[in-house]
Amino acid sequence: MIRKYKYLILRRSFQISLMFLYFAGNAWGFTFLQGNLSSSLLLGFIPLSDPYAALQMLVAGAVLSGDLLIGVLIISLFYISIGGRAFCSWVCPINIISDASNYIRRKFGFNKIQKKQPASRNLRYFVLFLSLLLSYFLGLSAFEFISPISMVHRGLVFGMGFGYGAVVIIFLFDLFVLKNGWCGHICPLGAFYSLGARFSLIKVTHDAQKCTACMDCKDVCPESQVLFMINKESIPVLSGECTSCARCIEVCNDDALNFTIRNFKGEKNET
Amino acid sequence: MEITRREFFLKSARSAGLLALGGLVWSAYVDEVTASKLILRPPGALKEKDFLAACIKCGLCVEACPYDTLLLAKPGDNKPLGTPYFIPRDIPCYMCPDIPCVPICPTNALDEKRVSSNGILDINTADMGLALIDESACIAFWGIQCDACHSACPLLNEAITLEYKKNDRTGKHAFIVPVVHADVCTGCGLCERACITQKASIFVLPRELVTGRAGDHYIKSWNKKDEKRLKNAREINTKTKISNRPAIDSLNDMKGLLDD
Repeated sequence: MIRKYKYLILRRSFQISLMFLYFAGNAWGFTFLQGNLSSSLLLGFIPLSDPYAALQMLVAGAVLSGDLLIGVLIISLFYISIGGRAFCSWVCPINIISDASNYIRRKFGFNKIQKKQPASRNLRYFVLFLSLLLSYFLGLSAFEFISPISMVHRGLVFGMGFGYGAVVIIFLFDLFVLKNGWCGHICPLGAFYSLGARFSLIKVTHDAQKCTACMDCKDVCPESQVLFMINKESIPVLSGECTSCARCIEVCNDDALNFTIRNFKGEKNET
Repeated sequence: MEITRREFFLKSARSAGLLALGGLVWSAYVDEVTASKLILRPPGALKEKDFLAACIKCGLCVEACPYDTLLLAKPGDNKPLGTPYFIPRDIPCYMCPDIPCVPICPTNALDEKRVSSNGILDINTADMGLALIDESACIAFWGIQCDACHSACPLLNEAITLEYKKNDRTGKHAFIVPVVHADVCTGCGLCERACITQKASIFVLPRELVTGRAGDHYIKSWNKKDEKRLKNAREINTKTKISNRPAIDSLNDMKGLLDD
């Protein structure tokens, strides 16, 4: 039973302990991890910075400091080469909220009533473009001033204020208005990570021979368009929109999906 | 899937409309939320506009502050979201000599150069704001002896001095009143914290908000150094309808002044 949820448990523990470490950094002066998801210090000297926030700053006309660039480099290299879009499902606190909405949606069968979603998933790239456009014209990091992600993680560490509002709004929006509304359609941070995630080393791979076409994986996947190959081709999920949440691996009863380390040579032969 | 020309135009128009609508609401909100000028920043902060562009809102300065002076703006504080500020009446800046909040800033939104003299950190050069005194509420101006702000000032007798004046109301008593020296005051707010009146009668405001500028046309007399500023002064020529004629003609012209 527990093996069916091992990645979920791992993810939740990772998300929560990360937030706890940030919280402890502020509340009790733990120096293991300080700051928040926008920018932090690991072990008191390794800078880690949000590359999307830095990009907005750059467009806004701020001079980027050396520390910031090192932090951006570390984070970007990690996600591009290994993690892909793992930020969204392993780190981001909003993920817990949108997963909860999704869970209720599935349990109550909302998805069966509302089969066609009224918005395109490409909207997020649009929002990403708009955020950079506004950053340029306003001379400010435009998304950072409205980001519910920042509101929530900053809120957990430094005090919430009306930040609970953001949580409730995203929960209700995802639940009643649009399936995967925030994370799958609007969030420009997710869109930003999607752009670089194609190249990462760890990918979910499908084995069509074992697949019995139950479609449980597509049902549970928050970005179900990335699983277009199910029951058709034995190829890895290469799309950058896959968040590597591993829910598809867990729900599969036929062992037809698994994490693999990418074999670049092999891929070329297949395609 | 092929799309017809009609669909293409419709789709483009829809995208453009969405972009305009989203951009308008978004920029209006951000513009509004960053318009608040009444906010005191940590020492070494860049000018407000540059600061807002450079601050990544990580809160490392807030964590570094040993007195819990600094706060990060939360939703509902009506301040630019996630940026650091302080409220001196609650907790002022205690002006640590090593200024822990500044070097830790990853983006140099808090700039060491702005709080250094000769390359060494020097908190006395900080400029977080400027203390002002409401002379109608400060009891020292009523003739009651109080020097709470003066003795709380970390730059005692430099940023705040006490001045003696004759009390004309009683005729035989003295006023001992505090005077803030704008060129020395760092805006730490220890005076505001110490003020004994119900609502502080000495308070810190952002310097840009409460200082004037005489311009280069006016200089202090018999002051060689100040006279140099005159070089920067540029001629200002105002042209109106009257300037078309010599001044004397204009003055002698009775037309329009007399009833006929």
